[in-house]
Amino acid sequence: MVKLLRRWLLTSIPLVLLVSVLTFVLAALVPGDAARAILGFNATEETYQNLRSTMGLDDPLPVRFWDWFTAALRGDLGTSITNGDTVSHQIAVRIGPTIALTVGAIVIATVVGVGLGLLSSWRGGWLGKVVDVVSLLAMAVPAYWFGLLLVWVLAIALPIFPATGYVSPGDDFVMWFQGLVLPWLTLGITASAPIAKQTRDGVLTELNKDYVTVLRSRGVPERTIVFKHVLRNAATPVVSILGLMFIGLLSGTVLVEALFVIPGVGGWAVEATQAHDIPAIQGIAVLLTLLVVAVNLVIEVLYGLLNPKVRT
Amino acid sequence: MTSQATGLIPDPTAGSLDPDNTTVAVGAVGAGDSGEPAAPARDSQQRRRGFVRRFVRKPVAMTAFCWLVIVVLGCVFAPLLAPYGPEDQDLMAALSTPSAAHPLGAGELGLDVLSRLLYGGRITLLGVLISCTVFAVLGVLAGMIAGFRGGWVDRLVMWLANLAFALPAVIILLVVLAIFPNNETAAMVALGILGAPGLARIVRSVTLGLREELYVKAARLSGLGTGTILRRHLLPRLAGPIIVQVSLFGAAAVGLETGLGFLGLGVTTATWGTLAAEANSRLADQPWLLVPTGFVIITFILALGLLGDGIRDTLAERYSLQPSKKRRRRRSAPADGAAVRPDAHRQRKARPAAAASAAADSTADAAGRATDVDGAPDPLLQVDGLTVAFPNQDGCELTVVQDVSFSVGAGEAVGIVGESGCGKTVTASAILGLLRGGGRITAGSVRLDDTELTTADAATMRSVRGGRIGWISQDPIASLDPSFTAGHHLVEAIRVHRGGSKAVARQRARELLELVRIPDPERMLRSYPHQLSGGMAQRVGIACALACDPQLVIADEPTTALDVTVQADILQLLRTLQASGTAVILVTHDWGVLADLCQRAVVMYAGEVIEQAPLQELIDRPAHPYTRGLLRSNPHQAVRGEPLPTVRGTVPAPSHWPAGCHFADRCELATSVCRAEPVTLHRVSAERSSRCLRIDQLLPRPDVEQVAGHAR
Ligand code: SF4
Repeated sequence: MVKLLRRWLLTSIPLVLLVSVLTFVLAALVPGDAARAILGFNATEETYQNLRSTMGLDDPLPVRFWDWFTAALRGDLGTSITNGDTVSHQIAVRIGPTIALTVGAIVIATVVGVGLGLLSSWRGGWLGKVVDVVSLLAMAVPAYWFGLLLVWVLAIALPIFPATGYVSPGDDFVMWFQGLVLPWLTLGITASAPIAKQTRDGVLTELNKDYVTVLRSRGVPERTIVFKHVLRNAATPVVSILGLMFIGLLSGTVLVEALFVIPGVGGWAVEATQAHDIPAIQGIAVLLTLLVVAVNLVIEVLYGLLNPKVRT
Repeated sequence: MTSQATGLIPDPTAGSLDPDNTTVAVGAVGAGDSGEPAAPARDSQQRRRGFVRRFVRKPVAMTAFCWLVIVVLGCVFAPLLAPYGPEDQDLMAALSTPSAAHPLGAGELGLDVLSRLLYGGRITLLGVLISCTVFAVLGVLAGMIAGFRGGWVDRLVMWLANLAFALPAVIILLVVLAIFPNNETAAMVALGILGAPGLARIVRSVTLGLREELYVKAARLSGLGTGTILRRHLLPRLAGPIIVQVSLFGAAAVGLETGLGFLGLGVTTATWGTLAAEANSRLADQPWLLVPTGFVIITFILALGLLGDGIRDTLAERYSLQPSKKRRRRRSAPADGAAVRPDAHRQRKARPAAAASAAADSTADAAGRATDVDGAPDPLLQVDGLTVAFPNQDGCELTVVQDVSFSVGAGEAVGIVGESGCGKTVTASAILGLLRGGGRITAGSVRLDDTELTTADAATMRSVRGGRIGWISQDPIASLDPSFTAGHHLVEAIRVHRGGSKAVARQRARELLELVRIPDPERMLRSYPHQLSGGMAQRVGIACALACDPQLVIADEPTTALDVTVQADILQLLRTLQASGTAVILVTHDWGVLADLCQRAVVMYAGEVIEQAPLQELIDRPAHPYTRGLLRSNPHQAVRGEPLPTVRGTVPAPSHWPAGCHFADRCELATSVCRAEPVTLHRVSAERSSRCLRIDQLLPRPDVEQVAGHAR
């Protein structure tokens, strides 16, 4: 377990640093800096220069990075250019919907993926072929297009769910849930294909192992063998792929939040990009990287729990 | 975008990171090259031709390839092909479904969808091309250098690759686009950079493998520079895996590019992505707009993915068994055809002589044999004419065990002996219906007391397995589920048949572990398989097999995987077990093990029982040339200082079984009679049977033929 944690730290710290440095250096390359962006091009050269020095824009790059980074560690990610709010506050407000979206999506992806993978490998035959074709398609259909299809079918042709509109769960829980069904399905189903494939491969591999034959030789019922033994062992690679899926889901939220107009971090990232709002996008990048890092930790722990070789 | 974002970094589920994948590519070198340094150019040319021929035969991959070519050409020649310009308005046709004027319908302001798809594709595909180029160049360079140089460069590349896997790609692209607004080139270059470490990882492992190849070493010795080696020797070998990766990455890039366009973050003119965005904003008015754009994007991504898979399969195919399978079929064809028949009449003439000169009551007719050959008067287990077939690659069934009959009395220990590949393990597993890989019993019967096992339903089989027949397997560690403790296995084995509380079962488990002489049962109950030695794991396996006091235990090479010192302990355990009244079937190739434990031996060769006899008689006077040969080659009784005699030749594979006696090709006594027709198992004496026609050559002078003493 300690080894796992060390491995996690060895990738996590550099990852956060890398993203910070990268976004910062890229931002520093921008023609027209934050001071200009705040003042607009009509301000006099003097006010501009004054603001530059108060904002510390005259300092050398490493110093500026250090200032920004230490401030970020204290939770101060600067001020959004577009709405004047602090980036940390905006993120705090918007992180809720994003987390609700990703968690729901990963649950759907896991349930659907593992279910399909298990069914197709265990029951085999035509079901296996169907799962193959579906996963192939799911990998090729972009999430935004699938989302549009869902909107058309389940919101326009058959108006069951709202197409857009996000309600805070505190205000109206049912509406909140209904509003999230389509985004969840969009993200979850597109993400389920790789999980189904991995589960299927894993289960097929495990079913061929010696211990399965030996369990059969002891009269252990097939259902116990598959659901208790095989699934448990096939879960390890599935868990490691879940980490990658989550990173993909975070990227997916950008599109899905924009598509369904959900006031989350991903949707805001698109707005910030369009508005050239560097502090905001920097903050979002760092935050999402932290999320990835946190999820990786959960995955490592899960991995350890599943695998007695690591645990003991 | 989800799938694209994960797919961007070569997707592990797509097999791209699969170590097999790279080893296939590495294997390519070994298989295709005989190691002469001068060969590569000619060799790679031939290889390429072979590759194309095989690839063309793949309908799915070929269709994908053609579709890609069609779409790309269509976009390149958009100005010639498109019925309208990208900005040509036809307000009357705004938001219309397909018509003669607008084959794919028209969007806002009556802009023709087909034309805009063709024009828009130019921008989308250019972006994809940019990122694929960056991806390929960076990835290949970094991977080759890492693989070739090794050391810190290698570690650095691998580390970067790990980081890249954890980056949320879209967010990084958004950062880039925030800084360079609507600069699609910048975004696509960034995408290529983000993906490159994934490719580098694969190129690296291929390069590492290739580096070890003889010809590279030779090239290095002959003084070529690293650059020349990389260019002339490695790049051609890497081409396949690189194309696969680039096409998979391309698929991801199309998804991302159109995604950015969809968000309005790419270029502002029409692209596939902005067309999708238009479909979004007009979804309620004209859902049709979703169709053409979606179709083009999805099929393009799909085609790239299928192309990648197709190339990978084609590359892998070369090293599969395909060609040898064909060769085998051709070779075996005449064997069961006319060539054999002419001998048939001669065989019929000769046989009575052979049979008559065998032991007195020998009856070679089919009716006589099955029930006559049993050794036990009132058998616990009676195997009769058991025949097992497995599906082969062609989908046909191949018989691997044929007409096997023997019996085991209550409390008796019977050994099944023979070289590997003779069907011993298949026979043993068939008894319990545990055949793997699609094998099935095609004929014969297996009776346990009054229960017919070959036709028993699943519930009966479950109660027999572990309840009345215990099984001890070859590889003790692999036969335990790595995720569960030894205690869990035992408790499960007990409760499957006896039910009861976990506590009671655990108590019983403790007793069982004491029975198999495990020093600290309490600790063993809590141990995981990876913490056990082979010997300890086998004891646990035996304890599990004994959990419900079975009448019979089948042990399949129970000591083969163990240290010599541990072997003796395990055998001792089995002896005690048998002494306490449990019947044992021991599958082994080791006469020492057999002699240690068994009262009777069943000798198998090439899927058949060739001899069955009480152990001592068998060892003293083998009634089959194969048994005699086996006994001579037994290291337990070799004369010091003399080379160990062996039976020359090898066991024929099931597909190569001779029509007559299966042993004929290796037999010193073989005559044309032996090769003519299948030889049946016939009784030699009250307790023995043999499948040899020339038994008179073996048995009449026992004192001369007595080559073996006690096998101990
Ligand atoms: S039947 Fe003929 S070939 Fe076969 S073992 Fe006997 S002597 Fe040898």
